[in-house]
Amino acid sequence: MTASGSGTLNPRLREIAEDFGAVPESERLHLLLEFAEELPPLPERYCEHPDLLEQVPECQTPLFLAVEVDADCAVHLFFDAPREAPTTRGFAGILHAGLDGLSADEILDTPGEFSSQLGLRDLVSPLRLRGMAAMLARIKRQVREQQN
Amino acid sequence: MALPSDYAPKFQDYARPQMLVTTEWLAEHLEDPGLVVAESDEDVLLYETGHIPGAVKLDWHTELNDPVTRDYVDGAGFARLMSLKGISRDTTLVLYGDRNNWWAAYALWVCTLFGHPDLRLLDGGRAKWIAEGRRMSTDLPQRPRTDYPVFDRDDAAFRAFREQVAAHLGQPLIDVRSPGEYTGELLHMPDYPQEGAVRGGHIPGARNVPWSRAAADDGTFRTRKELEAIYQDEAGLRPDDDVVVYCRIGERSSHTWFVLHHLLGHPRVRNYDGSWTEWGNSVRVPIRSGETP
Repeated sequence: MTASGSGTLNPRLREIAEDFGAVPESERLHLLLEFAEELPPLPERYCEHPDLLEQVPECQTPLFLAVEVDADCAVHLFFDAPREAPTTRGFAGILHAGLDGLSADEILDTPGEFSSQLGLRDLVSPLRLRGMAAMLARIKRQVREQQN
Repeated sequence: MALPSDYAPKFQDYARPQMLVTTEWLAEHLEDPGLVVAESDEDVLLYETGHIPGAVKLDWHTELNDPVTRDYVDGAGFARLMSLKGISRDTTLVLYGDRNNWWAAYALWVCTLFGHPDLRLLDGGRAKWIAEGRRMSTDLPQRPRTDYPVFDRDDAAFRAFREQVAAHLGQPLIDVRSPGEYTGELLHMPDYPQEGAVRGGHIPGARNVPWSRAAADDGTFRTRKELEAIYQDEAGLRPDDDVVVYCRIGERSSHTWFVLHHLLGHPRVRNYDGSWTEWGNSVRVPIRSGETP
Protein backbone atom coordinates (compact mmCIF):
# COMPACT_ATOMS: atom_id res chain seq x y z
CA MET A 1 0.00 0.00 0.00
CA THR A 2 1.37 3.40 -0.97
CA ALA A 3 0.39 6.90 0.07
CA SER A 4 -1.46 7.37 -3.17
CA GLY A 5 -3.32 4.06 -3.04
CA SER A 6 -2.74 0.73 -4.74
CA GLY A 7 -4.58 1.56 -7.94
CA THR A 8 -7.57 -0.75 -7.53
CA LEU A 9 -11.02 0.60 -6.82
CA ASN A 10 -13.18 -0.90 -4.11
CA PRO A 11 -16.36 -2.54 -5.46
CA ARG A 12 -18.59 0.43 -4.60
CA LEU A 13 -16.33 2.97 -6.28
CA ARG A 14 -15.88 0.64 -9.25
CA GLU A 15 -19.64 0.47 -9.65
CA ILE A 16 -19.86 4.27 -9.55
CA ALA A 17 -17.11 4.58 -12.16
CA GLU A 18 -18.91 1.99 -14.32
CA ASP A 19 -22.19 3.88 -13.96
CA PHE A 20 -20.52 7.04 -15.20
CA GLY A 21 -18.90 5.11 -18.04
CA ALA A 22 -22.19 3.51 -19.04
CA VAL A 23 -24.15 6.73 -19.62
CA PRO A 24 -23.53 8.98 -22.62
CA GLU A 25 -21.59 12.17 -21.95
CA SER A 26 -24.75 14.22 -22.17
CA GLU A 27 -26.17 12.44 -19.11
CA ARG A 28 -23.05 12.30 -16.96
CA LEU A 29 -23.66 15.73 -15.45
CA HIS A 30 -27.15 14.61 -14.43
CA LEU A 31 -25.64 11.60 -12.73
CA LEU A 32 -23.28 13.92 -10.87
CA LEU A 33 -26.28 16.02 -9.88
CA GLU A 34 -27.96 12.92 -8.44
CA PHE A 35 -24.94 12.38 -6.21
CA ALA A 36 -25.19 16.02 -5.16
CA GLU A 37 -28.82 15.52 -4.19
CA GLU A 38 -28.09 12.31 -2.27
CA LEU A 39 -25.37 13.82 -0.09
CA PRO A 40 -26.63 13.36 3.48
CA PRO A 41 -27.05 16.52 5.53
CA LEU A 42 -24.48 17.35 8.16
CA PRO A 43 -25.36 15.81 11.57
CA GLU A 44 -26.41 18.31 14.17
CA ARG A 45 -23.30 17.86 16.28
CA TYR A 46 -21.24 19.29 13.42
CA CYS A 47 -23.73 22.05 12.59
CA GLU A 48 -23.25 23.30 16.13
CA HIS A 49 -19.46 22.95 15.93
CA PRO A 50 -18.24 24.05 12.52
CA ASP A 51 -14.75 24.34 14.06
CA LEU A 52 -14.57 20.52 14.00
CA LEU A 53 -14.73 20.52 10.20
CA GLU A 54 -11.72 20.81 7.93
CA GLN A 55 -11.96 23.17 4.98
CA VAL A 56 -10.92 21.96 1.54
CA PRO A 57 -9.70 25.16 -0.10
CA GLU A 58 -8.82 23.33 -3.31
CA CYS A 59 -12.52 23.11 -4.14
CA GLN A 60 -13.89 25.92 -6.20
CA THR A 61 -16.60 26.55 -3.66
CA PRO A 62 -15.85 26.20 0.04
CA LEU A 63 -16.34 22.64 1.23
CA PHE A 64 -15.94 21.33 4.74
CA LEU A 65 -15.45 17.75 5.81
CA ALA A 66 -15.03 15.62 8.91
CA VAL A 67 -13.71 12.10 9.27
CA GLU A 68 -14.50 9.72 12.15
CA VAL A 69 -12.98 6.31 12.69
CA ASP A 70 -15.18 4.21 14.99
CA ALA A 71 -14.22 1.43 17.42
CA ASP A 72 -14.48 -1.18 14.64
CA CYS A 73 -12.08 0.82 12.47
CA ALA A 74 -14.87 1.78 10.07
CA VAL A 75 -14.53 5.29 8.67
CA HIS A 76 -17.45 7.71 8.54
CA LEU A 77 -17.40 10.78 6.36
CA PHE A 78 -19.32 14.03 6.76
CA PHE A 79 -19.49 16.87 4.25
CA ASP A 80 -20.89 20.35 4.16
CA ALA A 81 -21.18 22.41 0.97
CA PRO A 82 -23.71 25.06 -0.05
CA ARG A 83 -26.73 24.19 -2.22
CA GLU A 84 -25.53 26.67 -4.85
CA ALA A 85 -22.44 24.52 -5.35
CA PRO A 86 -23.89 21.33 -6.84
CA THR A 87 -20.62 20.27 -8.50
CA THR A 88 -18.75 20.32 -5.22
CA ARG A 89 -21.67 18.57 -3.51
CA GLY A 90 -21.65 15.99 -6.30
CA PHE A 91 -17.96 15.22 -5.71
CA ALA A 92 -18.65 14.87 -2.00
CA GLY A 93 -21.66 12.67 -2.74
CA ILE A 94 -19.52 10.31 -4.84
CA LEU A 95 -16.93 10.00 -2.09
CA HIS A 96 -19.64 9.43 0.50
CA ALA A 97 -21.38 6.76 -1.58
CA GLY A 98 -18.09 5.10 -2.43
CA LEU A 99 -16.19 5.26 0.85
CA ASP A 100 -18.41 5.85 3.88
CA GLY A 101 -18.35 2.89 6.26
CA LEU A 102 -15.28 1.23 4.73
CA SER A 103 -12.21 0.31 6.74
CA ALA A 104 -9.32 2.70 7.14
CA ASP A 105 -7.12 0.47 4.98
CA GLU A 106 -9.67 0.34 2.19
CA ILE A 107 -9.87 4.11 2.16
CA LEU A 108 -6.11 4.56 2.18
CA ASP A 109 -5.94 2.14 -0.72
CA THR A 110 -8.16 4.30 -2.96
CA PRO A 111 -6.21 5.58 -5.95
CA GLY A 112 -5.50 9.30 -5.60
CA GLU A 113 -6.39 9.90 -9.23
CA PHE A 114 -9.71 8.06 -8.92
CA SER A 115 -11.67 11.13 -10.06
CA SER A 116 -10.06 10.89 -13.50
CA GLN A 117 -11.83 7.55 -14.06
CA LEU A 118 -15.32 9.05 -14.10
CA GLY A 119 -15.22 10.47 -17.61
CA LEU A 120 -15.92 13.97 -16.32
CA ARG A 121 -12.71 15.67 -17.38
CA ASP A 122 -14.05 17.37 -20.50
CA LEU A 123 -17.47 18.05 -18.99
CA VAL A 124 -16.33 19.52 -15.72
CA SER A 125 -12.73 20.64 -16.53
CA PRO A 126 -9.54 19.36 -14.89
CA LEU A 127 -9.32 22.41 -12.61
CA ARG A 128 -12.69 21.65 -11.03
CA LEU A 129 -11.90 17.93 -10.75
CA ARG A 130 -8.83 18.79 -8.71
CA GLY A 131 -11.26 19.58 -5.90
CA MET A 132 -12.33 15.95 -5.64
CA ALA A 133 -8.73 14.68 -5.56
CA ALA A 134 -8.02 17.21 -2.80
CA MET A 135 -11.00 16.00 -0.75
CA LEU A 136 -9.76 12.42 -1.01
CA ALA A 137 -6.22 13.43 -0.04
CA ARG A 138 -7.50 15.24 3.05
CA ILE A 139 -9.74 12.32 4.01
CA LYS A 140 -6.76 9.97 3.80
CA ARG A 141 -4.59 12.29 5.86
CA GLN A 142 -7.23 12.47 8.58
CA VAL A 143 -7.65 8.68 8.56
CA ARG A 144 -3.88 8.26 8.97
CA GLU A 145 -3.78 10.79 11.79
CA GLN A 146 -6.59 9.05 13.64
CA GLN A 147 -4.99 5.64 13.19
CA ASN A 148 -1.81 6.78 14.90
CA MET B 1 -33.69 41.20 -35.59
CA ALA B 2 -32.73 42.98 -32.39
CA LEU B 3 -35.23 43.27 -29.59
CA PRO B 4 -36.20 46.69 -28.25
CA SER B 5 -34.08 48.14 -25.46
CA ASP B 6 -35.15 48.11 -21.85
CA TYR B 7 -35.90 51.74 -21.02
CA ALA B 8 -35.70 51.27 -17.24
CA PRO B 9 -35.00 54.71 -15.72
CA LYS B 10 -31.90 53.56 -13.82
CA PHE B 11 -30.20 52.41 -17.02
CA GLN B 12 -30.67 55.76 -18.76
CA ASP B 13 -27.87 57.28 -16.70
CA TYR B 14 -25.33 54.73 -17.96
CA ALA B 15 -23.20 55.38 -21.03
CA ARG B 16 -24.78 52.42 -22.89
CA PRO B 17 -28.21 51.73 -21.37
CA GLN B 18 -28.93 49.14 -24.06
CA MET B 19 -26.35 46.76 -22.51
CA LEU B 20 -28.65 45.87 -19.60
CA VAL B 21 -32.11 44.43 -19.16
CA THR B 22 -34.19 44.12 -16.00
CA THR B 23 -35.79 40.90 -14.82
CA GLU B 24 -39.20 42.46 -15.66
CA TRP B 25 -38.13 43.11 -19.24
CA LEU B 26 -36.77 39.60 -19.63
CA ALA B 27 -39.90 37.97 -18.22
CA GLU B 28 -41.95 39.95 -20.71
CA HIS B 29 -39.77 39.11 -23.74
CA LEU B 30 -38.87 35.53 -22.88
CA GLU B 31 -40.91 34.07 -25.73
CA ASP B 32 -39.83 36.61 -28.37
CA PRO B 33 -38.19 35.20 -31.45
CA GLY B 34 -34.78 36.72 -31.91
CA LEU B 35 -33.89 36.37 -28.23
CA VAL B 36 -31.60 33.77 -26.70
CA VAL B 37 -30.90 33.74 -22.97
CA ALA B 38 -27.67 32.10 -21.82
CA GLU B 39 -26.66 31.19 -18.28
CA SER B 40 -22.99 31.24 -17.34
CA ASP B 41 -22.02 30.16 -13.82
CA GLU B 42 -19.03 29.38 -11.73
CA ASP B 43 -20.51 25.99 -10.89
CA VAL B 44 -20.84 23.85 -14.00
CA LEU B 45 -23.91 22.03 -12.60
CA LEU B 46 -25.91 24.96 -11.30
CA TYR B 47 -27.73 25.38 -14.62
CA GLU B 48 -28.92 21.76 -14.40
CA THR B 49 -30.53 22.41 -11.01
CA GLY B 50 -32.83 24.94 -12.67
CA HIS B 51 -32.51 27.90 -15.05
CA ILE B 52 -34.63 30.58 -16.66
CA PRO B 53 -37.04 28.71 -18.96
CA GLY B 54 -35.56 28.34 -22.41
CA ALA B 55 -32.08 29.51 -21.40
CA VAL B 56 -29.08 27.69 -22.85
CA LYS B 57 -25.93 27.01 -20.86
CA LEU B 58 -22.61 28.58 -21.71
CA ASP B 59 -19.67 27.28 -19.70
CA TRP B 60 -16.53 29.41 -19.52
CA HIS B 61 -14.22 26.50 -18.67
CA THR B 62 -15.28 23.86 -21.11
CA GLU B 63 -16.71 25.92 -23.96
CA LEU B 64 -15.15 29.38 -24.23
CA ASN B 65 -11.57 28.33 -23.59
CA ASP B 66 -9.40 26.43 -26.02
CA PRO B 67 -8.85 23.01 -24.41
CA VAL B 68 -5.09 22.98 -25.09
CA THR B 69 -3.61 26.45 -25.53
CA ARG B 70 -4.25 29.05 -22.83
CA ASP B 71 -6.47 31.15 -25.05
CA TYR B 72 -10.09 31.49 -26.06
CA VAL B 73 -11.60 29.53 -28.90
CA ASP B 74 -10.91 30.86 -32.40
CA GLY B 75 -13.43 32.20 -34.90
CA ALA B 76 -14.34 28.76 -36.21
CA GLY B 77 -14.70 27.38 -32.68
CA PHE B 78 -16.90 30.29 -31.64
CA ALA B 79 -19.08 29.90 -34.73
CA ARG B 80 -19.45 26.20 -33.98
CA LEU B 81 -20.39 26.91 -30.36
CA MET B 82 -22.94 29.60 -31.24
CA SER B 83 -24.49 27.38 -33.94
CA LEU B 84 -24.81 24.52 -31.47
CA LYS B 85 -26.58 26.79 -28.97
CA GLY B 86 -29.00 28.02 -31.61
CA ILE B 87 -27.63 31.58 -31.66
CA SER B 88 -27.49 33.60 -34.88
CA ARG B 89 -25.41 36.65 -35.62
CA ASP B 90 -28.53 38.84 -35.31
CA THR B 91 -29.73 37.20 -32.07
CA THR B 92 -30.22 39.41 -29.03
CA LEU B 93 -28.13 37.46 -26.53
CA VAL B 94 -28.97 38.10 -22.88
CA LEU B 95 -26.46 36.66 -20.43
CA TYR B 96 -26.97 36.03 -16.74
CA GLY B 97 -25.42 33.92 -14.02
CA ASP B 98 -24.50 33.38 -10.41
CA ARG B 99 -22.32 35.53 -8.16
CA ASN B 100 -23.39 39.00 -9.33
CA ASN B 101 -23.03 37.99 -12.98
CA TRP B 102 -19.32 37.41 -12.50
CA TRP B 103 -19.13 34.62 -15.11
CA ALA B 104 -21.86 36.09 -17.27
CA ALA B 105 -19.79 39.26 -17.63
CA TYR B 106 -16.81 37.12 -18.55
CA ALA B 107 -18.83 35.30 -21.22
CA LEU B 108 -20.11 38.64 -22.50
CA TRP B 109 -16.54 39.96 -22.76
CA VAL B 110 -15.44 36.88 -24.72
CA CYS B 111 -18.43 37.24 -27.06
CA THR B 112 -17.40 40.89 -27.52
CA LEU B 113 -14.05 39.77 -28.89
CA PHE B 114 -15.97 38.11 -31.72
CA GLY B 115 -18.04 41.25 -32.26
CA HIS B 116 -21.45 39.71 -31.60
CA PRO B 117 -23.62 42.78 -32.23
CA ASP B 118 -26.32 42.57 -29.55
CA LEU B 119 -25.11 41.43 -26.14
CA ARG B 120 -26.85 42.31 -22.88
CA LEU B 121 -26.59 41.40 -19.21
CA LEU B 122 -29.54 40.67 -16.96
CA ASP B 123 -29.15 43.21 -14.14
CA GLY B 124 -29.07 41.26 -10.88
CA GLY B 125 -28.46 37.93 -12.58
CA ARG B 126 -29.68 34.54 -11.41
CA ALA B 127 -30.06 35.53 -7.76
CA LYS B 128 -32.47 38.40 -8.46
CA TRP B 129 -34.59 36.30 -10.82
CA ILE B 130 -34.93 33.63 -8.12
CA ALA B 131 -35.45 36.15 -5.29
CA GLU B 132 -38.41 37.55 -7.19
CA GLY B 133 -39.96 34.09 -7.34
CA ARG B 134 -39.83 33.95 -11.12
CA ARG B 135 -40.22 30.72 -13.03
CA MET B 136 -37.28 28.31 -13.28
CA SER B 137 -37.05 25.13 -15.31
CA THR B 138 -34.89 22.04 -15.54
CA ASP B 139 -36.00 21.31 -19.12
CA LEU B 140 -33.19 21.48 -21.64
CA PRO B 141 -34.18 23.76 -24.52
CA GLN B 142 -34.14 22.22 -27.96
CA ARG B 143 -33.13 25.17 -30.08
CA PRO B 144 -32.71 24.48 -33.77
CA ARG B 145 -29.09 24.59 -34.83
CA THR B 146 -28.04 27.76 -36.62
CA ASP B 147 -25.30 28.54 -39.08
CA TYR B 148 -23.35 31.22 -37.23
CA PRO B 149 -20.78 32.77 -39.58
CA VAL B 150 -17.07 32.63 -38.77
CA PHE B 151 -15.76 35.95 -37.49
CA ASP B 152 -12.14 36.17 -36.45
CA ARG B 153 -11.56 37.12 -32.86
CA ASP B 154 -10.35 40.71 -32.61
CA ASP B 155 -8.29 41.14 -29.44
CA ALA B 156 -7.00 44.64 -30.21
CA ALA B 157 -9.73 46.79 -28.71
CA PHE B 158 -10.65 45.06 -25.46
CA ARG B 159 -7.91 42.57 -24.58
CA ALA B 160 -4.39 43.28 -23.30
CA PHE B 161 -1.42 40.92 -23.37
CA ARG B 162 1.56 40.93 -21.02
CA GLU B 163 3.84 42.93 -23.33
CA GLN B 164 1.15 45.55 -23.76
CA VAL B 165 0.66 45.78 -20.02
CA ALA B 166 4.43 46.21 -19.57
CA ALA B 167 4.29 49.08 -22.06
CA HIS B 168 1.27 50.51 -20.26
CA LEU B 169 3.04 50.92 -16.88
CA GLY B 170 2.56 54.44 -15.60
CA GLN B 171 -0.96 54.64 -17.03
CA PRO B 172 -4.13 53.65 -15.16
CA LEU B 173 -4.41 50.05 -14.06
CA ILE B 174 -7.16 48.61 -11.88
CA ASP B 175 -6.51 45.45 -9.88
CA VAL B 176 -9.93 44.04 -9.00
CA ARG B 177 -8.78 41.26 -6.67
CA SER B 178 -9.33 41.16 -2.91
CA PRO B 179 -7.11 43.41 -0.77
CA GLY B 180 -5.13 40.38 0.48
CA GLU B 181 -4.27 39.29 -3.03
CA TYR B 182 -3.37 42.86 -3.99
CA THR B 183 -0.91 43.38 -1.15
CA GLY B 184 0.67 39.98 -1.75
CA GLU B 185 -0.42 38.51 1.55
CA LEU B 186 -2.51 35.90 -0.31
CA LEU B 187 -1.54 34.07 -3.49
CA HIS B 188 -5.16 33.21 -4.31
CA MET B 189 -8.70 34.32 -3.52
CA PRO B 190 -9.83 33.85 0.06
CA ASP B 191 -11.47 30.39 0.29
CA TYR B 192 -10.42 29.52 -3.25
CA PRO B 193 -7.87 27.11 -4.63
CA GLN B 194 -4.28 28.08 -5.04
CA GLU B 195 -3.87 28.54 -8.75
CA GLY B 196 -0.15 28.67 -8.75
CA ALA B 197 1.34 32.15 -8.76
CA VAL B 198 4.88 32.04 -7.41
CA ARG B 199 4.96 35.73 -6.43
CA GLY B 200 2.38 37.82 -4.59
CA GLY B 201 1.57 41.51 -4.97
CA HIS B 202 0.33 43.68 -7.82
CA ILE B 203 1.42 45.36 -11.03
CA PRO B 204 3.13 48.65 -10.10
CA GLY B 205 0.76 51.59 -10.33
CA ALA B 206 -2.41 49.49 -10.14
CA ARG B 207 -5.16 50.78 -7.88
CA ASN B 208 -7.11 48.16 -5.93
CA VAL B 209 -10.88 48.24 -6.44
CA PRO B 210 -12.38 44.80 -5.66
CA TRP B 211 -14.76 43.93 -8.48
CA SER B 212 -17.80 43.24 -6.32
CA ARG B 213 -17.93 46.82 -5.12
CA ALA B 214 -19.70 47.60 -8.40
CA ALA B 215 -22.63 45.43 -7.32
CA ALA B 216 -25.35 46.37 -4.86
CA ASP B 217 -26.62 43.91 -2.25
CA ASP B 218 -29.22 42.48 -4.63
CA GLY B 219 -26.57 41.80 -7.28
CA THR B 220 -27.64 44.65 -9.57
CA PHE B 221 -25.12 47.22 -10.74
CA ARG B 222 -24.76 50.30 -8.59
CA THR B 223 -26.10 53.53 -10.02
CA ARG B 224 -23.92 55.64 -12.25
CA LYS B 225 -23.41 58.17 -9.49
CA GLU B 226 -22.25 55.46 -7.07
CA LEU B 227 -19.93 53.95 -9.68
CA GLU B 228 -18.40 57.34 -10.44
CA ALA B 229 -17.75 57.84 -6.75
CA ILE B 230 -15.86 54.53 -6.62
CA TYR B 231 -13.89 54.57 -9.86
CA GLN B 232 -13.42 58.27 -10.50
CA ASP B 233 -13.45 60.06 -7.14
CA GLU B 234 -11.81 57.26 -5.19
CA ALA B 235 -9.59 55.42 -7.68
CA GLY B 236 -8.84 58.56 -9.66
CA LEU B 237 -9.83 57.44 -13.16
CA ARG B 238 -10.60 60.21 -15.63
CA PRO B 239 -13.27 59.69 -18.31
CA ASP B 240 -10.74 59.75 -21.17
CA ASP B 241 -8.17 57.43 -19.54
CA ASP B 242 -6.79 54.36 -21.27
CA VAL B 243 -7.36 51.71 -18.60
CA VAL B 244 -6.19 48.12 -18.15
CA VAL B 245 -8.05 45.88 -15.67
CA TYR B 246 -6.90 42.53 -14.34
CA CYS B 247 -7.48 39.91 -11.65
CA ARG B 248 -6.28 36.30 -11.51
CA ILE B 249 -7.36 34.85 -14.86
CA GLY B 250 -9.43 37.73 -16.22
CA GLU B 251 -12.91 36.73 -15.08
CA ARG B 252 -13.53 39.09 -12.16
CA SER B 253 -11.97 41.89 -14.20
CA SER B 254 -14.46 41.26 -17.04
CA HIS B 255 -17.12 42.49 -14.65
CA THR B 256 -15.14 45.69 -14.01
CA TRP B 257 -14.42 45.99 -17.74
CA PHE B 258 -18.19 45.97 -18.32
CA VAL B 259 -18.68 48.66 -15.68
CA LEU B 260 -15.94 50.97 -16.93
CA HIS B 261 -16.61 50.59 -20.63
CA HIS B 262 -20.35 50.14 -20.92
CA LEU B 263 -21.74 51.79 -17.80
CA LEU B 264 -19.27 54.65 -17.26
CA GLY B 265 -18.34 55.02 -20.93
CA HIS B 266 -14.54 54.94 -20.77
CA PRO B 267 -13.61 54.66 -24.44
CA ARG B 268 -10.55 52.47 -24.02
CA VAL B 269 -10.65 49.72 -21.41
CA ARG B 270 -8.74 46.48 -21.94
CA ASN B 271 -8.96 43.31 -19.89
CA TYR B 272 -5.63 41.61 -19.20
CA ASP B 273 -6.80 37.99 -18.99
CA GLY B 274 -3.29 36.66 -18.38
CA SER B 275 -3.72 38.54 -15.13
CA TRP B 276 -1.92 37.54 -11.94
CA THR B 277 -1.47 33.88 -12.90
CA GLU B 278 0.73 35.15 -15.74
CA TRP B 279 2.29 38.29 -14.26
CA GLY B 280 2.99 36.67 -10.87
CA ASN B 281 4.84 33.82 -12.59
CA SER B 282 6.79 35.89 -15.11
CA VAL B 283 10.54 36.35 -14.80
CA ARG B 284 11.85 39.88 -14.21
CA VAL B 285 8.56 41.77 -14.46
CA PRO B 286 8.17 44.52 -11.87
CA ILE B 287 5.95 43.69 -8.90
CA ARG B 288 4.91 45.77 -5.95
CA SER B 289 3.80 44.29 -2.64
CA GLY B 290 1.91 46.07 0.14
CA GLU B 291 -0.76 48.72 -0.05
CA THR B 292 1.09 51.33 -2.11
CA PRO B 293 -0.03 51.35 -5.75
